[in-house]
Amino acid sequence: MAISTRPRARQARESVVIRFAGDSGDGMQVTGSRFTVEAALAGNDLTTFPDFPAEIRAPAGTTYGVSAFQIHFGGVDVTTPGDAVDVLVAMNPAALKVDLKDLRVGGTVVVDTGAFTERNLTKAGFPANPVEDGSLAQYQVLTVDITRLTGEAVKAFGLSTREAHRCRNMWALGLMLWMYGRDRQVTTDWLHRKFADRPELAQANVAALNAGHAFGETAEMSEHLVGYTVAKAPVEPGRYRAVSGTEAIAWGLIAGMRGAGIEKMIFAGYPITPASLLLHTLAGLKAHGVLTFQAEDEIAAIGAVIGAAYAGALGVTSSSGPGMALKTEMLGLAIATELPLVVVDSQRAGPSTGMPTKAEQSDLFQAVHGRNADAPLAVLAAATASDGFEVAIEAVRIATKYMTPVILLSDAYLAHAAEPWRLPDTSALPRFPVHYRTDPAGFHPFLRDPVTLARAWAVPGTPELEHRIGGLEKDYDTGHISYDPDNHARMTRTRAAKIAGIANDIPPQRPALGDDHGAVAVVGWGSTYGAIHQAVREARDDGVDVSHIHLRYLNPFPSNLGDLLQRFDRVLVPEMNTGQLVQLLRAAYLLPAEGLNKVEGKPFKVAELSAAIRASL
Amino acid sequence: MTVTTITDAELAPKDYASDQEVRWCPGCGDYAILKAVQKTLAELGARRERTVFVSGIGCAARFPYYLSTYGFHTIHGRAPTIATGIKLANPELDVWVITGDGDGLSIGGNHMLHVLRRNVDLQIVLFNNEIYGLTKGQYSPTSRRGTRSPSTPQGSIENPVSPCAFALGAGGRFVARAVDTQQADVVAVLKRAHAHQGASFVEVFQNCVVFNDGVFDSFTAKDAAPNAQLHVEHGKPLVFGPQGERGLRLKPGTLALEVVPVGDGGVPRDDILVHDETNRTLAQLLVGLEPPAFPMALGVLYCAPTTSYEADVYAQARAAGLGREVPDLGALLTRDGTWTVG
Repeated sequence: MAISTRPRARQARESVVIRFAGDSGDGMQVTGSRFTVEAALAGNDLTTFPDFPAEIRAPAGTTYGVSAFQIHFGGVDVTTPGDAVDVLVAMNPAALKVDLKDLRVGGTVVVDTGAFTERNLTKAGFPANPVEDGSLAQYQVLTVDITRLTGEAVKAFGLSTREAHRCRNMWALGLMLWMYGRDRQVTTDWLHRKFADRPELAQANVAALNAGHAFGETAEMSEHLVGYTVAKAPVEPGRYRAVSGTEAIAWGLIAGMRGAGIEKMIFAGYPITPASLLLHTLAGLKAHGVLTFQAEDEIAAIGAVIGAAYAGALGVTSSSGPGMALKTEMLGLAIATELPLVVVDSQRAGPSTGMPTKAEQSDLFQAVHGRNADAPLAVLAAATASDGFEVAIEAVRIATKYMTPVILLSDAYLAHAAEPWRLPDTSALPRFPVHYRTDPAGFHPFLRDPVTLARAWAVPGTPELEHRIGGLEKDYDTGHISYDPDNHARMTRTRAAKIAGIANDIPPQRPALGDDHGAVAVVGWGSTYGAIHQAVREARDDGVDVSHIHLRYLNPFPSNLGDLLQRFDRVLVPEMNTGQLVQLLRAAYLLPAEGLNKVEGKPFKVAELSAAIRASL
Repeated sequence: MTVTTITDAELAPKDYASDQEVRWCPGCGDYAILKAVQKTLAELGARRERTVFVSGIGCAARFPYYLSTYGFHTIHGRAPTIATGIKLANPELDVWVITGDGDGLSIGGNHMLHVLRRNVDLQIVLFNNEIYGLTKGQYSPTSRRGTRSPSTPQGSIENPVSPCAFALGAGGRFVARAVDTQQADVVAVLKRAHAHQGASFVEVFQNCVVFNDGVFDSFTAKDAAPNAQLHVEHGKPLVFGPQGERGLRLKPGTLALEVVPVGDGGVPRDDILVHDETNRTLAQLLVGLEPPAFPMALGVLYCAPTTSYEADVYAQARAAGLGREVPDLGALLTRDGTWTVG
């Protein structure tokens, strides 16, 4: 190996997509997360996309045990995790096998040759070593024996072979940090904190990190080993942090609780991928007035929060598609008893168990219509990870103001995806104090606010407001049980009118990008925001008359939505399902909206949307 | 806001009745239980505004509508989940769960298991009539083998679950039994259940006059009761019969109970088992006794209090900072590190 001290010129890149891929035990999520922090601290805009298997520890070396973390960072506005990978770090043959298809032609693949043993090659299904048989000819291949070099770097710390092997990810991270001129100090500090009770592990990991970095700095074994610069992104001034969709929703729920002036949040959940993260996040926030309850099943989880809401707390539950199905009957009860509730649905690919770690937007129908009888409720969706904060506040506002369950749609992508977030001024967050009924004069439990149609929230413990509620139909004028046909019709219409009326209490729909009229409107909802935004921006830069309209409110729709869409010649609706929003729009506005649908458990690529926009002209 | 003055005036049983017309079948055992509950509340001096009755679905589940307290008629089998949420939100409330054999042990069996195991401070009253009444008479999970019903025209071939054995198996720490028409016993048992910190499970044998009339006659009929009912009392010998002339002892050389004559010509009084309501093993033996070979054990079969679930939840939360000054939201958002642009 020739050593050169000659400083090589770094090449400039506008934005870069790196994917770290390895065995699920190789620490790829940690590696990606650490790179994310270093890139964010260097002022890049970024979006990340963790992609891991449903199996916790699949047999080592197999393709179904491959775990990957993709980061797209740049000096420009970055809204998606990136269509194609520029640099693939493959820690074993299985990772190469699974992830090579997403590497762009001419892209760089970093291979740990130490892991490309005959045994691992066979497990991954390679008849011959792809590094040697010319099958990687269209890529730039950087072969490094990371396994051996890591072993040498950590030799001094007396680790077991297994422990030493587990430092490989830090070596790879060190190399990537060098390649993009990113700092290591924050990660070094983090390692010392993480392994505070095992200093030798901390030192070994730092040594591996430094060794990977030094390798890039000094080695000149390959013409492919080039350093790059990626400029700071032109972002709004302010204080930033990295946030995942789960964190943003958790904190938004707390901000919403405070905005409503409610002292306590009862959050109940049952373990389900990918929704459990929210339970984990909130479980550590008791000081903020959050009590979490891991229930015996999905039904018990929503039952407990209905009980909590009845008793005056903010009730929140969360799940994913199959669990949402189990909660259905309870949602009906919350609608009939008109109690406030927030239900977060982290959608995943289905039907049934489907693909638990993969994202889809296929619970929209379930959220809007999936209950017995006429059972309307409000449905909102978060567009990006950080958007979850505002949407969660809004969900609490609507739930408490209208005494209704609100479903907040997230998905498996948003649950894990992270992006920089300009921190809000917490003193200027919305306030919408609830009023618990205390006045017995003229009280009955279904006494309604004349404007919102919300019933009074009278909680047990309040003298002289003792009353009975339940799933049986209630008399409009007294709140007692009623089987009267006219009364049922009136109550059904009232429940519908209450939810429909929310449309008057939300902002009118505005395009996220582009004019409020034109040739094409691309209408999206949820986590497709980034990809649609990028595709529309690129098309507009090319002179295409196209606008991006992104819906936060899915039930009811904003009151001007129909008029807005009528002002476009064509309406294109990309969704990660087989066409749900498109049907709702067509039904609501008799519009010839057209669907663009992807159900591969993966987000849209910008190129797929760009092609569809051009095809629609 | 209107200021309401609370008086501690004593309330009579009728003060716990709502203005709603009671709509059970004439002769239904539920009427007797309703009266007993209203009497219990009066004797406890229960504050109506702090008392909540939660029910599921079934005949028994109409109960909350007939009381003047707070009430929540929920959905089939799920009352324990809603009651748990109420206690989590406000542990000060006095929460009762009214359920039945179908509601609590069939569709809601899972919730019953977990609410007992967690020991949420609730009074759970299960009306057992061994039949589905509201849906017109199908066999239930407590129906005996051979029960003929619209869905089992040749007789049920399923083995019934014993509610009290289930409650003990689930880790319930208060298990008691009573008969609907024996009001004084029902009141006594409910008052004990109320005093118990944690989940109290009370099975009330309730006669369904329409679909399962007389199913408990073997131990509730006037002439049969003295010889077929064993009223247990902590610290007292387990004797029954008109003059207490029969008793239970551990059959020598076995782990089984046997019925023996007591006193003159029978076994010495000292050989008769004394009820220890804190003894779980004894409770398990008692709940397994079935007429006609044995008497039906009634009263507080097991009572071994420990801290309740919600008390532990709040203790943990306080240790984590709940109740101190609410932390700044901004500090939460910035605690994992931030960077500043511009």
